[in-house]
Amino acid sequence: MQTLIEISNLNLYYSSVHALKNVSLSIPEKAITAFIGPSGCGKSTLLRTMNRMNDMIPGTRIEGKLTIGGTDIYSNEVDVETLRKKVGMVFQQPNPFPKSIYDNIAYGPRLHGIRNKKQLDEIVESSLRAAALWDEVKDHLKRSALSISGGQQQRLCIARALAVNPDILLMDEATSALDPISTLKIEELTQELKNRYTIVMVTHNMHQAARVSDQTAFFLNGEVVEHADTEKLFSNPSDQRTEDYISGRFG
Amino acid sequence: MSMPTLPASKAKRGRTDAGSTYSFKNEKKSLADTVMPLLLFLCAAVSILTTIGIVVTLLTETYHFFREIPIFEFLTGRKWSPLIPPVSYGILPLLSGTLLITVIACIVAIPIGLASAIYLSEYAPSSVRRVVKPILEVLAGVPTIVYGYFALTLVTPLLREIFPQMGVFNALSAGIVVGIMIIPMVCSLSEDAMSAVPRSLRDGAYALGATRLEVALRIVVPAAFSGIVASAVLAFSRAIGETMIVTVAAGSTPKLTANPLESIQTMTAYIVQVSLGDTPRGSLEYGSIFAVGMTLFVITFLLNILAQYVARRFREEY
Ligand SMILES: Nc1ncnc2c1ncn2[C@@H]1O[C@H](COP(=O)(O)OP(=O)(O)OP(=O)(O)O)[C@@H](O)[C@H]1O
Ligand SMILES: [Mg+2]
Repeated sequence: MQTLIEISNLNLYYSSVHALKNVSLSIPEKAITAFIGPSGCGKSTLLRTMNRMNDMIPGTRIEGKLTIGGTDIYSNEVDVETLRKKVGMVFQQPNPFPKSIYDNIAYGPRLHGIRNKKQLDEIVESSLRAAALWDEVKDHLKRSALSISGGQQQRLCIARALAVNPDILLMDEATSALDPISTLKIEELTQELKNRYTIVMVTHNMHQAARVSDQTAFFLNGEVVEHADTEKLFSNPSDQRTEDYISGRFG
Repeated sequence: MSMPTLPASKAKRGRTDAGSTYSFKNEKKSLADTVMPLLLFLCAAVSILTTIGIVVTLLTETYHFFREIPIFEFLTGRKWSPLIPPVSYGILPLLSGTLLITVIACIVAIPIGLASAIYLSEYAPSSVRRVVKPILEVLAGVPTIVYGYFALTLVTPLLREIFPQMGVFNALSAGIVVGIMIIPMVCSLSEDAMSAVPRSLRDGAYALGATRLEVALRIVVPAAFSGIVASAVLAFSRAIGETMIVTVAAGSTPKLTANPLESIQTMTAYIVQVSLGDTPRGSLEYGSIFAVGMTLFVITFLLNILAQYVARRFREEY
């Protein structure tokens, strides 16, 4: 598998908190990489460095290098908005805008200059189809996005992220607020999506990581302890701490 | 209805009330617990009674006035001349004066107030916000007479540099200063509404590649719209009711005009003028201030209803 995201010697500080310590990691293209580890170990932080969402937190300092497709995304030439268009994100809590289902999906494309009604209609349909939501909502696209269930809302958020045509999809515990059936739907969805997108997901559910991901990275106290093919990491971890964690001895 | 089953269930538990080991009697209920509600009720009653008193006085005096002057004539008359004969009570000049001031004030206050609210809520670092918010609150507490002199002695002379034909008393200066006076209110209320928009909505938009401005205008403002409208309508009613600034700076010539450079009179300023004079109780002129007051009351009341309707109609829930 080809590497898309290359992180080398990355350090991140929130004012005085040293949240990421010398992280180096290669994330393969068109595959699912899962981040696991106990709470507060820096998984979300690392995820947010990839679309530079940490930039908005005052007092954040970052050292080291993070390249996507060979481009250092923290260099001066990089336009943050363009970067975020290419690196979509889905959050822990579904956060649809208080607008209609249609307007939620069309928000991104409109932002980036698409005004043509027909083109927008097409994007809305294809994004909703890609997020396996089309059949459930196609008859009431004008309804408020807040009127659908939590699981549907989360798929709507995935569709919204896909609508701006990203290469990478970051998912931060995207199923942790959902019921088992919705979770399963989204897990199935990620299997579809990985043919077209590079997915990086944070999860607290080790079964989920084992079920859906191709590679897994285990974090502890801001460091990457181990990064390997998922199968290997779960069946034959090379670090004692990884083994302790996946066997439930701590965390 | 459940009576018949009661003894049985008691019997089953094998325990009667008398023999209960549990006591639910309140042991610390004091006199204060009995007296306080009454006291609180009385306090609430004072304000309610006052309101009723105001409305009743307003209604009776207005009723007497409208027995002399037909209400239709009052509402549609284009001349307000209570002193100089031929005496005429047509409220339109006072209404237009009030409207002129209010419109100018809103043109000043709503854009500036909203822009500063957007700045404070979306751009300003929290250190700036912590300093500016209390200052706004202080500004909102400056006595309006101070603003009145500010209009008369600073703004009017400045404006006369630009419009030499303008008189000392004019609607423009008063309107601008009323606007300045209500900026803090618009800003503070809109900022509250915008700060209440959840962080997660902003993050959702940023993650799609929205800029700060796009997030502010296309996510935060729409989501806070009902609060913003409420603040705008409150600003509008505040401008309509403003008294000191217009009394000091706008003049006392009731005139049906849309020209802001002229001297005008507002409804509130007219009420002040008559109240300060030695108008005998029961005279027509005396009654007229109640009719004008009633008109003000009805307008503000309708505006409040409008505000509630608009707020509900445009609510974006989150
Ligand atoms: N905005 C912030 N300001 C200061 N410190 C922060 C901030 N966000 C996170 N941190 C700190 O950085 C460290 C890593 O946090 P992060 O949210 O990345 O952990 P996580 O692995 O995602 O945890 P969880 O599994 O609970 O979501 C923690 O010690 C946390 O307290
Ligand atoms: Mg997290």
